[in-house]
Amino acid sequence: MAVDKNLNVLIVDDYKTMLRIVRNLLKQLGFNNVDEATDGSMALQMLRVGNYGLIISDWNMEPMTGLQLLREVRADAKLKDIPFIMVTAESKSENVIAAKQAGVSNYIVKPFNAETLKAKMVSVIGEF
Amino acid sequence: MPLKGVDRDLALRLEAIRREHGETIHVDAVADVVRALLETVTGDISAGDLRLYQELESLAEYIHSARAELAELRPNEIKTEFIPTATDELDAIVDATEVATNAILDAAERLEALAPLLDSEVADRLSEVTTTIYESCNFQDLTGQRITKVVKMLKAIEQRVDTLVKVFGADIRENATPAPAKAAPTDEDLLNGPQLPATAADQDEIDRLLASFD
Repeated sequence: MAVDKNLNVLIVDDYKTMLRIVRNLLKQLGFNNVDEATDGSMALQMLRVGNYGLIISDWNMEPMTGLQLLREVRADAKLKDIPFIMVTAESKSENVIAAKQAGVSNYIVKPFNAETLKAKMVSVIGEF
Repeated sequence: MPLKGVDRDLALRLEAIRREHGETIHVDAVADVVRALLETVTGDISAGDLRLYQELESLAEYIHSARAELAELRPNEIKTEFIPTATDELDAIVDATEVATNAILDAAERLEALAPLLDSEVADRLSEVTTTIYESCNFQDLTGQRITKVVKMLKAIEQRVDTLVKVFGADIRENATPAPAKAAPTDEDLLNGPQLPATAADQDEIDRLLASFD
C-alpha cells in the first residue's frame, strides 16, 4: 500500500536555507504538510503537540542536537515509533554508529540529492 | 623523610609560588627562585654544584631568548588585529553566501511556480532543473559549517597566545619591536580584496569621491 503523502513531516535544521531546500525537495516529491524547527528542543515541543509521520533532522544544532532529539523521541512512549532520518555533514563511522545505537531509521550525508532523499524516505515509510 | 637544606628551601619556595599564582607560574617567579638558590650556594663549589649552576645558567639563557623571540612575534598584534580581522572576513563569507543562496532559491521557486502554465513535458523538465538548483544549494550549509570550524580554531589560537603572554609577562608586549612604519603604498598594497560590508563604500560614495576630483 502506497504511503499517504498527506502525512505530516517535521524538518529540523538550524540553517534556515537548509530547511528551505528540504521543504522544496519534499514538495517536489509530493509532500506538502511540512513543519520546520530550528533545533532539537523546539522540535520536541512540536512533536509533543502535533501528529507527525516522519522526522528529518540535522545533527549539529544548539542547544539540543539531532542526536539528543533522537534519544528523546525514542524514549517517549508517544513518539518512539516515528521514523527518524538524520541528515548531516557528520560522516565519521562513529557518528553513524552512535545514531544507529540511538535508534535512527536512516542516515543521509550532506551534500545529498533528491534521489537519495527519496530512497531513504521510501526505506523508512514505504513506497510513494 | 623530612626534606633538608636546598631541597627544603626549594619546596618551601615552590609552595609559596603555588599559593600565590596557582600552577601557571610567571617566568619572573622562576628566575627569582633560581637566583635565590644560587645565592644559597656558599663555600667550596663541588663538580656537581658546578654542573647544576651551568644547567641553570643555560636555562636562564633559554628563557631569555624565548621571551625575546615571543616579543618579536608581537603577540598583542596577533590577538587584537590579525585574528579579529580573519574572523570578520570569514563571517562575511558566511553572510554573503547565505544571501546569494537565498536569492538563487527565490529564483528557483519563481521558476517552479511557472510549471502549471506549461505543458507537462516542459513542466517536468523545468522541475528537473529546479531540483538540481535546490540540491546544489546544499553547499551553503557545508560552507558555513566548515567556516565555523575555522573560526573556532582561530579562537583557540588566540587563547594560546593570551596564555603565552600571561606566562612570559606583559613586558614582552612593551619590549616588542614596534611594527615597521608603513611606507608609501605599492600597487600590490592596493590589492585588498573585497571589503567587509560594515566598512565598504557603496557605489554612491564611490561616485561622490570621483566627482570630488572634478
